[in-house]
Amino acid sequence: MDATVDVGLQRLNFVRAPDTWVTKLFDYKPFLVFLCLLPSMGLLVVFLTYPLGLGLWLSMTDTTIGQPGHFVGLENFQELMDDPVFWMSVTNTIFYTVVATAGKFTLGLWLALLLNHHIPFKAFIRAIVLLPWIVPTVLSAIAWWWIYSPQFSIVSYVFVDLLHWSDTYFNFLGSPWPARWSLIVANIWRGIPFVAITLLAGLQTISPSLYEAALLDGASGWQKFYRITVPLLMPILAVALTLSVLFTFSDFQLVYAITRGGPFNTTHLMATLAFQRAIPGAQLGEGAAIAVSMIPFLIAATLLCFFGVGRRKWQQGEAND
Amino acid sequence: MATVSIRNVRKTFGSTEVLHGVSVGIEDGEFVILVGPSGCGKSTLLRMIAGLENISSGEIAIDDRVVNNVAPKERDIAMVFQNYALYPHMTVRDNMAFSLSLANMPKSMIDQQVQRAAGILGLMPYLNRYPRQLSGGQRQRVAMGRAIVRDPKVFLFDEPLSNLDAKLRVQMRAEIKELHQRLTTTTVYVTHDQIEAMTMADKIVVMNSGNVEQIGAPLELYDRPNNLFVAGFIGSPAMNFLKGTVANGAFRTDDGTTLPLPNASPGAEGRPMVYGVRPEHFQLSGDGLPATVHVVEPTGSETQVIATFAGTQVLCAFRERVTAKPGETIRITPTQALSHVFDAATGQRFVA
Repeated sequence: MDATVDVGLQRLNFVRAPDTWVTKLFDYKPFLVFLCLLPSMGLLVVFLTYPLGLGLWLSMTDTTIGQPGHFVGLENFQELMDDPVFWMSVTNTIFYTVVATAGKFTLGLWLALLLNHHIPFKAFIRAIVLLPWIVPTVLSAIAWWWIYSPQFSIVSYVFVDLLHWSDTYFNFLGSPWPARWSLIVANIWRGIPFVAITLLAGLQTISPSLYEAALLDGASGWQKFYRITVPLLMPILAVALTLSVLFTFSDFQLVYAITRGGPFNTTHLMATLAFQRAIPGAQLGEGAAIAVSMIPFLIAATLLCFFGVGRRKWQQGEAND
Repeated sequence: MATVSIRNVRKTFGSTEVLHGVSVGIEDGEFVILVGPSGCGKSTLLRMIAGLENISSGEIAIDDRVVNNVAPKERDIAMVFQNYALYPHMTVRDNMAFSLSLANMPKSMIDQQVQRAAGILGLMPYLNRYPRQLSGGQRQRVAMGRAIVRDPKVFLFDEPLSNLDAKLRVQMRAEIKELHQRLTTTTVYVTHDQIEAMTMADKIVVMNSGNVEQIGAPLELYDRPNNLFVAGFIGSPAMNFLKGTVANGAFRTDDGTTLPLPNASPGAEGRPMVYGVRPEHFQLSGDGLPATVHVVEPTGSETQVIATFAGTQVLCAFRERVTAKPGETIRITPTQALSHVFDAATGQRFVA
């Protein structure tokens, strides 16, 4: 009872206990900032900096599974320079990224433009469009693997047994180029929802009155598209393009689940080859070197996307020039 | 320059009819304002003239050419949108040049036209800016510039001043009116603000729930409103209405007060009527009728008084400075010649 009264009196008289060192520490702003940042910094260090650092370190050692390696400098990278399989994986990755991204953006933009109009069952169609994105990649990869199967392919069944357009079953994954194109188709299918939904969001921010103004200004449908829609969509297109290129370039699941890099290593991407060498092949150092080789490509692609179609002058603030 | 004829135009969205047969004739060079409350169909009518909405039935003709099935860009009209609809990724110059470049006009002529429009609107210093870098009033001017460069037959304005603050609105009002006097292009202008309509228009079309209530010059509508709606809509503060009947050649309000009729009205005996007096048409007079003061609002140029008069709450505006306190009684009288009588059943002006 007395204690309560005391506290009340202290409050009334603004009496305050002298600061202890703990109070002083917590009143010190830099310390408080550091303390608040600590959890997120911890997460970044544990899940980003450490693995990246370890990968960089491994790429410069001759570590194999079960045997700690020694520092060998850039030897792993020198070996890769003379490795035709590595170079094929590089060209595969670039080809795969360029073609699949182009496909995803063409079809994704087309779908977004369709969905931006009033069409029947719009919500239903939008839900269907999202489906490939929701299904776990490995599951859809297995589905594609069945579609591409030499014996059980539904495509072969339709064309051979139902339509009789062909006598032999297709061998999608048996030779290099058909296998590469098959992977690209699967990747496009998987990537369209992201592009379509992102671009649809972008399209919906464009005021309909701009199109009405353009209509009165005498613009045709095509002129409205490339003089109004495309420039106004550029900012969001840049972000979607950057993310999509990064996802595609570092793709692993689809390829590994459908072809495992085969036939004869001809469909390996850099990511699958890195895994193949490091884990099943046990050459951790070499695998890490391949993975590290992706970094410059990724940085270059990001910069290209970002500066190529990034922020435009008209978006920026109040500057007067 | 051109005339615009709107003949018995109807508009339906699905099964809802929003315009019920509207007819308006617009002379060459006239500044016509469509005014009415939200949802009265005025913007829809404007968009039908522009070709942004199709015409369910009836005809719209620009210069004797029926444009029902003519594409918007072939109608030779230019429109200023409520939100300006400036292309955010184009400079002021490109915004104004857009329609001309789509029409494949030579570059030198485009420049010339843009310079001319920018000169008229005082936009010369801003030609290389983006819409983002402009103030509301400047954007408004660019939107007008975009219309002017094309030198169209008809200007259409869709509530162009509603996004501006009060002061700028008054300024732009004068600018638009001056612009029209200079270019003398036929103009159709939509607003919900009757002050805008009164101050700018050559001719006002008052609309209400899909019908035209009255067409006329601003002062004509003010002096002789055809019906209760126009009487209440035009004029600010709004007209006061007193309910009652005509008896013995005078107007008797429901509480028994007798008011003089503006004109002799035989045949109106005993019919329920509405007596309308504008606030500024009440006079203070020693032999007037008593009114109990509720609120006194001095505005400087005039004094507005809310009072109970003949059993109804009315608003009066006096040139004199009224010093009455709430609860006191003043003696007022409506100016006989400037009062209005409407048929209570139909709402129409009662003409003797």
